[in-house]
Amino acid sequence: MKTGIKRRKAQVDRADCVACGCCVKVCPVQAIEIVRGVTARVNQDKCVGCGRCAAECPASVIQIREVGA
Amino acid sequence: MKKKWYDYLWIASLLYLILGFFNILFAWLGLLCFCIPLLFAVVGGNKGYCNRYCGRGQLFGMLGGRFGLSRKKDIPNWMKSKVFRYGFLTFFFAMFFLMLWNTWLVFAGARDLKQVVTLLWTFKLPWNWAYHGTLFHPGVAQFAFGFYSVMLTSTVLGLITMVLFKPRSWCVYCPMGTMTQLICKAKNGRNV
Repeated sequence: MKTGIKRRKAQVDRADCVACGCCVKVCPVQAIEIVRGVTARVNQDKCVGCGRCAAECPASVIQIREVGA
Repeated sequence: MKKKWYDYLWIASLLYLILGFFNILFAWLGLLCFCIPLLFAVVGGNKGYCNRYCGRGQLFGMLGGRFGLSRKKDIPNWMKSKVFRYGFLTFFFAMFFLMLWNTWLVFAGARDLKQVVTLLWTFKLPWNWAYHGTLFHPGVAQFAFGFYSVMLTSTVLGLITMVLFKPRSWCVYCPMGTMTQLICKAKNGRNV
């Protein structure tokens, strides 16, 4: 159900992700996992949009964007 | 979050560099940093080593993070491009095989042992205090000098990019990280 409320969520640019796992370590709600050594994936339900992963990411491929809830 | 035993592996990385300063034969231990990531990738199809156990990454993370030795700026786009990452991997391995060739020459008796550590593939640093003779063939020591050169060079590059960009910028172009990701891509396909 769309509520029209916008929430901030982390989004990974998978093409440039190096799957190092730095984001996983700093996520306070364990919302990120490295999928089969290829890329990071954010669980949008768990993500609180704090931005710690985006700040930590050495390749700067994580953006915090507003998405419809 | 409670720290686990593997969160202290940065101590092992630091100890490795220190031990190699006193006895070059400890450089052989560095093969663990080559074999374990490959085992994770080939057997498990994951980057478990990078994700959890890489002491070098932890060391950069700590120096650049807690100790504030990083500008924490974005890495340039070209440094995270596939051309650069795969190019650096190729160059790194070419240099690695050159080192193996030089080791072989010493084993074959065609060349004498050179007690030097080559930094950034160019600068030859005298390192004779770290070699006290060995029961093994001089070729064993030559490999140790060569391997320590590889490890010291990559540490220096990692420290430079740590200061200039984000703490763990090395992870972006680390040859082992790039190679294990390639193996994972080949193993798991693109349907991730």
